[in-house]
Amino acid sequence: MNKILSVLVRNHAGVLSHVAGLFTRRGYNIESLVAGVTADPEISRLTIVIDGNDAVTEQVMKQISKLIDVISVEKFTYEDAITRELLLLTIFVPPEKRHEVITLANILGASVADISEATMTIEFTGNSLKINNIVKSLDSYKIKNLARTGLLALPLESNLEKKK
Amino acid sequence: MTSAMMTGAQILIQGLLDEGTEHVFGYPGGAIMPTYDVLYDAPLTHILTRHEQGAAHAADGYARATGRVGVCIATSGPGATNLVTGLSTAHMDSIPMVAITGQVAVPMIGNDSFQEADICGITIPITKYSYLVKDVKDLQKIIKEAFHIARTGRPGPVVIDFPKDVQAATARLKKLGKVTLPGDRPPEVVTDEQIKNVITTIKTARRPVIYAGGGVISANAAPELRQFVKKTRIPVTTTLLGKGCFPDTDNNALGMLGMHGTKYANHAIYESDLIIAMGVRFDDRVAGNLQKFAPLAKIIHIDIDPAEIGKRFKVDVPVVSDVKPFLKSLNKLINVPARQKWLAHITELKEKYPLTFSDDGKLKPQFIIKTLSDITRGNVLLSTDVGQHQMWSALYFKSVHPRQFFTSGGAGTMGYGFPAAIGAAVGNPGKPVVAITGDGSFQMCIQELATARLFNLPVKIFIMNNGYLGMVRQWQQIFHGSRYSSTCLTCNPDFCKIAEGYDIPSLRITQPGEVAKAIDKALNADGPMLVDFRVEEEENVLPMIPPGGGQTDFLELEA
Repeated sequence: MNKILSVLVRNHAGVLSHVAGLFTRRGYNIESLVAGVTADPEISRLTIVIDGNDAVTEQVMKQISKLIDVISVEKFTYEDAITRELLLLTIFVPPEKRHEVITLANILGASVADISEATMTIEFTGNSLKINNIVKSLDSYKIKNLARTGLLALPLESNLEKKK
Repeated sequence: MTSAMMTGAQILIQGLLDEGTEHVFGYPGGAIMPTYDVLYDAPLTHILTRHEQGAAHAADGYARATGRVGVCIATSGPGATNLVTGLSTAHMDSIPMVAITGQVAVPMIGNDSFQEADICGITIPITKYSYLVKDVKDLQKIIKEAFHIARTGRPGPVVIDFPKDVQAATARLKKLGKVTLPGDRPPEVVTDEQIKNVITTIKTARRPVIYAGGGVISANAAPELRQFVKKTRIPVTTTLLGKGCFPDTDNNALGMLGMHGTKYANHAIYESDLIIAMGVRFDDRVAGNLQKFAPLAKIIHIDIDPAEIGKRFKVDVPVVSDVKPFLKSLNKLINVPARQKWLAHITELKEKYPLTFSDDGKLKPQFIIKTLSDITRGNVLLSTDVGQHQMWSALYFKSVHPRQFFTSGGAGTMGYGFPAAIGAAVGNPGKPVVAITGDGSFQMCIQELATARLFNLPVKIFIMNNGYLGMVRQWQQIFHGSRYSSTCLTCNPDFCKIAEGYDIPSLRITQPGEVAKAIDKALNADGPMLVDFRVEEEENVLPMIPPGGGQTDFLELEA
């Protein structure tokens, strides 16, 4: 089962190597890792999705916490977090099929970011499950390129409020 | 009033002095020359080793022997990479060290410049932290932080990579406040409730055993442990790194546990109903098979590193704390009667499974180490290398105090022992340090004979010379049908002649009857001395539990 970790770190050179190196060294699997600066330019947030049971996750969290540059480590459950991922998908579409793809994209809530003679690039932001669905829905078209950002997550404040 | 302008190299040395550094171990080279220029007349002693690896191990031995942060210096590129084994050794055993490496000038970094190596990148998994100093204005703070990181929490090595142009650049010293790092967690305070819980658990136990490790020594908690045992009479087994945290000579001592531990320590663990683990990490050489480690026992685990608790073993009572304050609080409140029945059983175990070796008139390494232990009454500083002699030292040398026995436990680094003894000798002026080594291990840092000679250090090199990589040979004998693949060290040099070449006195011993006199002579000699003990060649380390074996699955072998 995938777990989401949200890690605040000091924003400076080498910090990503330290975190990524830890995963290599301890043999943990990273599904995705996204890094970006927070409202405080000195601090970055790493959103890491890992594949591991509860014991492994606890070890990962403890080991990450030990790193000197790490300020905090939080685990989010999918219910209590807003999760988003961005997909860019370029598929081969002959001109006569463009309309079909546009219709499909509209139904799926995706948009068309670019059209070339032979291809179309679809853009979609949503949770990982929906992204998987979109890729599947378009799998009759030959994929030229696919890029995903990896998961971003923040606590779902409204849900947490209700729980209080 | 502002302070005078100083170069980076001057700021570094001032920073070392401010941290209380008196000795540094190192080896110069191109990219560290501005620093060596300042070292030339700085008020601290630079110990020139003959290889950077020797400098790293010496700094480590110094740290283990004194409890202070060991400092080593090397140049960029190969100088820095030669420290890697030493850093890994210190990291595995949680030893506080600061390693300063030269680096090519900042604008040259990343260009594959001459003698450039990304030492920060290389050492990420084997250091607690690393710094690349890009701006001389940051240097003063970096030095302070580096020492803070190395010595606080679970100690470990820190690298400061110091480009040549930054060493020459200038800045003014600032007044620095206390080090605060965003990742610093305040030390966990043990609550009254936790202490109560621990006490209740101990009270209900009938067969408790203390399993104590290196964390007790790095916490300087040996007196508290002694007091705890005095009050509870709970038997104590120590790990290889914990050796000395409790006197091996005490009635409650079980000696070392694990793969080559005493049978009675392992039986006690196996039969125990409560393990009080302090400053240990349930390493695979201690607990080869977690299911058959202490199947009947509850586990109390005290460690300063939260990540160690539950890492390999499910713990019933976790306590995240420095061992010292924990034991202090516990000692105030604990009051349990001695478990007489259990203690009687322990005595039986000791009688049933005594630690022995066959005394057949041949020169046995066990006999040599036992004789050293008897002659000194355990009152000598001792380092070991890695292999059979290391295990015999752990078993037959009776340590009586902490910071006395230095060995590479986690990393198992051959070549560690001799330079570590040099470091320990530098940290303990006037006291002899015995380096028990093997003919294999010794040749991995043999060049440090020059260092011992140059500083006339009273390091006594005792080579358990059996002409083999003994431990690997033993495993080949047991697990590979005696196919001694590349473990026979034919063409070993004449170690006495080598010593002579360095102007170091030496002895060659072949008979048991000569041992006591040789040890006495070596211990009383001024400065370094080498004794080449030609020991029984195919002696095995026993007891032995095969890898992955349960705590009482001893191999039955001829010694």
